[in-house]
Order: sequence, then C-alpha cells, then structure tokens
Amino acid sequence: MQTVKMVVTGPFNAGKTEFIRSVSEIDVVSTERKISSALERTVKEATTVAMDFGRITVDEDLVLYLFGTPGQKRFDFMWEILSEGMLGFIVLVDSTRPETFREARSILETFRAYAPTPYVVAANKQDKKDAWELEDMRLALRLDSKVKFLPCVATDRDSVKTVLLELLYSILAEMEGGEK
Amino acid sequence: MALRGNLRDFTITQLLNLINLARKTGTLIVEGPSETAQVSFRDGKLAYAQIGREDGGLASILYKANKLSAGQYRAIQQRAGSISDKELGLLLINAGYVTQEDILTNLQQHFTDIVQRLFTWVEGFFRFENDQLPPEDRINVRLDLENLIIEGSRQLREWEQLQDEIPSLDMALKFTDRPDANLRKVNLSVEEWRVVSYINPKNTIRQIANATKMNDLEIRRIVYGLLQAGLVEICRPEGAPAPPPARMFPTENKDEQKSLVNRLINRIRSL
Repeated sequence: MQTVKMVVTGPFNAGKTEFIRSVSEIDVVSTERKISSALERTVKEATTVAMDFGRITVDEDLVLYLFGTPGQKRFDFMWEILSEGMLGFIVLVDSTRPETFREARSILETFRAYAPTPYVVAANKQDKKDAWELEDMRLALRLDSKVKFLPCVATDRDSVKTVLLELLYSILAEMEGGEK
Repeated sequence: MALRGNLRDFTITQLLNLINLARKTGTLIVEGPSETAQVSFRDGKLAYAQIGREDGGLASILYKANKLSAGQYRAIQQRAGSISDKELGLLLINAGYVTQEDILTNLQQHFTDIVQRLFTWVEGFFRFENDQLPPEDRINVRLDLENLIIEGSRQLREWEQLQDEIPSLDMALKFTDRPDANLRKVNLSVEEWRVVSYINPKNTIRQIANATKMNDLEIRRIVYGLLQAGLVEICRPEGAPAPPPARMFPTENKDEQKSLVNRLINRIRSL
C-alpha cells in the first residue's frame, strides 16, 4: 500500500478540522482538548493540540492522508514534523477574522521555509455575511497574484474538493514544469 | 538562594525589574542561544555590559559611533597597548579628540543596546553573581533601569510582531514584479538602501544582516518595511542546498509519480 500526505494548516479556529472532516472517509482522528485560555474560549470550546488526521482511499494501492496542524502558536513544534514528506499544503484563513491574517501570513512563510512544495491558500467561511472579499484578503495577506487563493466553505464537501483539486493541479504543473 | 534559572520561566524584563527593586549589585550572566552576555549593576543601576566576543573597549565604541576616525582608531590599537579604558578616555579628552560627554553618552548607548538585544532572548540560562563587578579598567556608567525596562517591553512586542511577519531569516528576498513599484520614488534611509543593495534571491536575509552588520531586530524591521511597501517579497534562496529529501512520493519514477497525482485527482473528483 502506497501512502501520500497533504497538510492543512492555518491559524486557530480557521476551520482545519472541519475541512478534513468534510472529505475524510473515516471519522477524523482529532486530538482536541478543551481550551484553557479564557480569550480563546470565547471563539470555540475545544481545539486541536497535536493534529487531525483524515484519510481518502484512492484505490487498493494508494491512500491519501490529510493532516491538520494545531493552530495555536504554542504547538508550532508539531508543524515541522507534520510537514515532512508532504506533497503540498493548504493554508486555511478565516475570512471573518482579519485579526488572524497576520498569523496566517506567518504560518505560510514558516511552511514555505520547511519545504519547497506547492501550496494554495483558501479563504474559509466565505458563506458568512461578514466575510472579507477575496481581493481585499489577497492584499491584506500580501499574496502574490501567482499564488492560488480560493474561496472556501470548509463544511461544504464540494468546496473542499475544489481546494484539494487546485492543489493537486499545482503539484502536477510543477512536476511538468520541472521536466522542461 | 542564588538567582539563577531559565529565561523561559523568568524573562529579562522580570530579571531587570527584580534587580532594580532590590537595588542589587553584581553581574547578570545570560547564556543565550549563540552567545553569552554579562551585564553589571551597582545598587540596581546599569553599570556595564558586554556581549559575546564583541570588542567592548572604549576605542572600538567611539570608532563605531564615528567619534574617532579609522586612522585614530588604528593608531590607538597599535600604540595604546595595554592602556586601560579609563586612561585612554583621559588621553582622548586631554588631546581634544572627544569630550567627557561624548564618552559617557556613547558608553551608555552601547550598554543600552546590549541590554535591549537581551530582551529578544527567550531561550537561555541566567545567573546573577552577587558583588561581581566589571573589570577594573573599564569605565562604568549609572543608568536607571526603569526606562530600559519600558523601552525593552515595547521592543519585545515589536519583536514578536516582526517574528510573526518574518519567521525565518534563512529565506531570501526578491523585488516584486509590480509595475508601479519604483524604488526611486520611495524615500529610503541610508540603512534601508544598504539592505536594498544586497537584495537578490541568492542572498538570505541572514547573510544581508551579516553584510550590513545589523542584528536580527534591525534587519527584520527594515525587511518588514520593504514588505509592507510592496517593494520586495520573500522567496526561497536560489542555489541553496535543497532541504533533506523527505520522500514525498512512494516512488522515484517520474511517470509513476505523475500517474499517482492523476489518480488522486480522479479520486477527489469522484468524491
């Protein structure tokens, strides 16, 4: 059995666990714990402390694993371990919480430094009324026009599929580009 | 009980506060990630500071502050031999090269800079040696710690923000392709121009910092400004050795790798 992996990262409460849950064929193996910080508890009750783990069986020989990183900075020692050998990564950003954009940018730069693998950035919660527009977010996140920046609703399977597919297209394009 | 511990549990700000409130006399030795700093205090006031192997001698400090010319500095190094800083200071004042105020201001600035660098250290061990004073031949100052603590706390917040923006100094910089970005129209300081002159995907930010003799905080500050202005972007350094080849694919064969990605695409589409 061959296995490959992709990493889903992003700030605290960006929707990484939901994203993986939407496409994983198994119940996401989530290492969530009740949040101890009063400030963070106002956003959600539990958070991922080590990783989320989802699986998509491609065929009898191939399995894709999806790893979600913990979003809180104090668990960033896990990031490099999770990024090892990944095909590519997705940075999920909460479109309704501009206060997390700077952190999202930092996470993106950190992962770029780990490995020169393709990546896409997904603006989650685009279905929410107070979501920022994509072009404004692109500027705020200082994303180059060449970086794939996609709208996303992590609870919607089709939306998550689109993000995963765009990442796979980037991986394929880079492989083909590398052969020239 | 001896004052010793880990910076993770007890920060530089807390240490300085304690030294200030307890009016301590002695030397704080901090072993940071790559160098060791020694900071001395008298009655809770900063007296002297030395970091790593940096030349903390008076001649070097005055030369760096452009109070001595390169020729004067060279001459002092060659002729002054083992003369103490106190004697050298008197000689320079008597010769009319510098004033007493020049000496004190520049020493205070030098020691302050060292202490402020310590605020960015979050890893390391410290110990406070009671009654250990700086070498006899060095000139001491008397600086209140309150302002240093306040300024240091401000810098710490700035440092944390800059670290978020530029987490790794091992990345390189390149100019953006934006057609409206024109460096000539931007008012850059001398320091910023020095950094700009080294911007090239082959140079890491750390190499630029070394070439321009800037510390981590200074280089991050300038790079952050250039990033915010949209003039540069962060990229992986060209020609840098590739990171250890973690196996992304279960096969080395390029065609099999492509086939594998296509199988993944088909599977995701069918979900």
